[in-house]
Amino acid sequence: MPKKYHIHVHATPNRYPTIGRSGIVDWGEGCLKCAKCVKTECVYGVYKARRFSTDIFSDTIDQLCKSCFRCVQGCPKRLIHKTINPEWEAMGDDLYTPETISVTWMQAETGSIPVSGAGYGGKFSGPGFDSMWTDMSEIVRPTRDGIHGREYISTVVEIGRKPFRLRFSDDGLLETRLQASIRLPIPVVFDMFPFGDLSDNVWRATAIAASRIQTLLFLPYSESRKLDDFKDFVVPVFRPSQIENASDLNYHRMVELIDESVTLNLVKKIKSETPDKIVSVRMDALSEKAHIKRVLEYCDAGVDLIHYVADERGYEPGKENGLHVKDVVKEVHNSLVRSTFRDEVAFLVSGGVAMAEHVIKSILCGVNLVAIDIPLLIAMECRVCRNCREGGECPVRISQIDPEYGADRMVNLIGAWHNQLLEMMGAMGIREARRLRGEQGRVMFRENLESDTFAQLFMDSSS
Amino acid sequence: MSYKNIWSQAPSAEVVNTPTRFGRALGKYAVIVSDACNNCLRCVAICPEKVFQAQGSKLAAPLDHLCLGIECSRKTNRCVLNCPQDAIKVGYNSSSKALGDSRWTPELLMSTWHMAETGQLPKSDIEYRVGATEGGFDKLRFRFPKKAPRKDLDVDTIDTSISLNKRHDGRLDISIPVPVYGGGMSFGSISQTTMLSRIRAFAAWKSFTCTGEGGYPEALYPFDDNIITQVATGLFGVKEETIQRVKIIEFKYAQGAKPGLGGHLLGSKVTEAVARIRETVPGSSLFSPFPFHSVYSVEDHKKHVDWIKAINTRALVSVKVSTPSDVDMVAIGSYYAGAHIVHLDGSYGGTGAAPDVAKKNIAMPIEYAIPKVHNFLVNEGVRDQVTLIASGGIRTAYDIAKAIALGADGVVTGTPELVALECIRCHNCESGRGCARGIATTDLELVALMDLAWGTQRIINMLSCWRDQLRQILYRLGLPSIKDLVGKTEVLGHLDYSSNLEDDDIRSSGK
Repeated sequence: MPKKYHIHVHATPNRYPTIGRSGIVDWGEGCLKCAKCVKTECVYGVYKARRFSTDIFSDTIDQLCKSCFRCVQGCPKRLIHKTINPEWEAMGDDLYTPETISVTWMQAETGSIPVSGAGYGGKFSGPGFDSMWTDMSEIVRPTRDGIHGREYISTVVEIGRKPFRLRFSDDGLLETRLQASIRLPIPVVFDMFPFGDLSDNVWRATAIAASRIQTLLFLPYSESRKLDDFKDFVVPVFRPSQIENASDLNYHRMVELIDESVTLNLVKKIKSETPDKIVSVRMDALSEKAHIKRVLEYCDAGVDLIHYVADERGYEPGKENGLHVKDVVKEVHNSLVRSTFRDEVAFLVSGGVAMAEHVIKSILCGVNLVAIDIPLLIAMECRVCRNCREGGECPVRISQIDPEYGADRMVNLIGAWHNQLLEMMGAMGIREARRLRGEQGRVMFRENLESDTFAQLFMDSSS
Repeated sequence: MSYKNIWSQAPSAEVVNTPTRFGRALGKYAVIVSDACNNCLRCVAICPEKVFQAQGSKLAAPLDHLCLGIECSRKTNRCVLNCPQDAIKVGYNSSSKALGDSRWTPELLMSTWHMAETGQLPKSDIEYRVGATEGGFDKLRFRFPKKAPRKDLDVDTIDTSISLNKRHDGRLDISIPVPVYGGGMSFGSISQTTMLSRIRAFAAWKSFTCTGEGGYPEALYPFDDNIITQVATGLFGVKEETIQRVKIIEFKYAQGAKPGLGGHLLGSKVTEAVARIRETVPGSSLFSPFPFHSVYSVEDHKKHVDWIKAINTRALVSVKVSTPSDVDMVAIGSYYAGAHIVHLDGSYGGTGAAPDVAKKNIAMPIEYAIPKVHNFLVNEGVRDQVTLIASGGIRTAYDIAKAIALGADGVVTGTPELVALECIRCHNCESGRGCARGIATTDLELVALMDLAWGTQRIINMLSCWRDQLRQILYRLGLPSIKDLVGKTEVLGHLDYSSNLEDDDIRSSGK
């Protein structure tokens, strides 16, 4: 067994106060001056511990309160109330919900898995990844941490061309030439940010984080050369027209080319001249047959990685009612299987991967690995307000972040995600992230469960 | 009548009014009396719901959780218009929005509290049947015929009992009068007062409660005949002696909230008492591994069931499993191994602490698993030889009836009892000292917040109200016994598939 992969996390408090879900509203008027006020009886002592913070020019009570409602119930004049914080409710969008943002902040701060008491309190199911449940095994669970030399759960994946078969000479020597590949200890790479209060500091923070967890950072070519000290972890992304001379391509071990009409020939040229250069193609995550045909053409041209990019919410880009990326991935994966390319090339998807569970669900649908973007911004305290997009001011000034601090937060987040991957894989009885790829039979899709059960029982023949 | 009673006996299953422990109960509406009040107490005489009560010559703080709402308050003969001082205002309780979650909505919490206080359904317009998860039970509705199909049925004698031994193998013939028993919650995750409240309430209803995997404290001995003891992977507190005490033994393979993961009790919760019962060291974290490391096949599983049957020759065996994609095969395997009860725990079930990623994503919700397993067992020809029990997200009497109509014989609950004890769904059970309401904690100061007689009675009241609701549902469907409801999916409609489903509130018209 190779050395065990471990992500070192440590507590990294937020620079700015986080926005909490609810707040105490506490009226003084009409107070009966009870001999024993409910505020003195708080189990968590929040009324005693509260103070006025000059950082936020506000009371700290809402960051301490655990919402047990004892004071709300106890005050005989109903002077104490709890209300949902409207600012919290307004955060983000339907994918980066207030809950998701809050729990991502918590992971970036602590590096630990979100754990809570009581059963799941969310919706029954939802769009996109929320309409899938992963399988579990009643009797098999690999040892998570490989105690006493037992094999542990591995999240290693590889990028790079694999031969379809090995050829040996008559005297038993390997004739097939094996091409270069990159081995990543975790099936998560970092993608370009679709928005953000970006700066050299932010890119540097992200590169430091990528190097610490030994993964890759995809970023515009123009930015890539500022990070030469991280060149092994950086993948420059080019438009074919941006390539002025061939040496641009040679600096990094892996490059990504944006899918344009000339890209196909460019891939052929690079792969024939420098077969060990690892080449990725960045394509819109579309499900049309013609588009998937182009994927297969790239595979034929020798590409190492197909990088499908969905929109920020995880849907087909540029479409009104596009498919969710999980369905797009299934289509492409199945096409790759039918065309026998599936084991030769790697498949990566980005866009819409907001939580740890989305990583594993994407892989089960058919990718080898995923790329994330906005969650990294959230780790750096982003509130997904998207003000920056219109040139507005970032409420948490991400561009001024200290690179080491930002890296700590991102490493914490990925550390927490890695632990969640292990938990989900352990529950499935699967010991290798490589074996998750395309295991669509180990996922329960809502549409299948519905058609197997409720549709048969309740489909109204009259309607 | 009072609810004071002897701790070592189960009280009778009668309803006794049992108000909140914490000041004023939370309701949908807020009744505010301003300083203009001159204590004329006219409102006390006027309100039929006894929202207003006199305290000596003064008006006490209004019990606004009993208020029927804004509309009622503005009627000409009601409180607002009849207050000479214009001091009464009725509006929505603004704090209620911050309560609960999609599964346990504020109204579902409040209606369950009301049942636990009074043993009755709330009279106001509070929702008491479904939550707001937008799926599963929350989208199923009963199709009640316009007129009760069988006028000869007496609602008070409708049979809600179920049999737990359908194998007729010479072991105990156990029937419980309500189609529900209490699920496993270990000593350590909840206090002994909470544990005994559940046990005594289910015993009062001649049903059962499972110990969970936390051993068998001596305080439980008086209730041996109404306890299910659990054998789980950590084998904490499992002894030949405890196996022989009880009538039902439960094998726990997996838990719906964290399927495929083990259990973990933090060191801070392992007090002297917890450690003694579990036969471990105080302050040291306890892991219950997953899975049974000696079970890798149905044959291995059968061997374990046989051991238990040899140690206790009269008891029934229940096998609790989670809901993987092959849950039907797991169920038939458990039947083959000799289980009397196959207990499916769906993915949205309760827990003292579990990773959020597991609670949300792993294994299928119970609503899908029940019909899948029921139909499979029917096709295999063994359905009538096994008791199928469902759990994992059962909150209300309607959930119980729906689970049964989908194909279960009965259900197991856990969270509703805690809600009856005034759990507020703050999801902080795992943290530090634990529960601020003294339910899921072993902190002595917090445990002292709850009285055993009070806790027992609250749960008795809720169960009583559930039984009444089940009878009403069966009456409206024209079914004399809950056994007739098993797998009768034609009495249900689903909002995604039918547009013409009518309100199935049993409070409207009826009887």
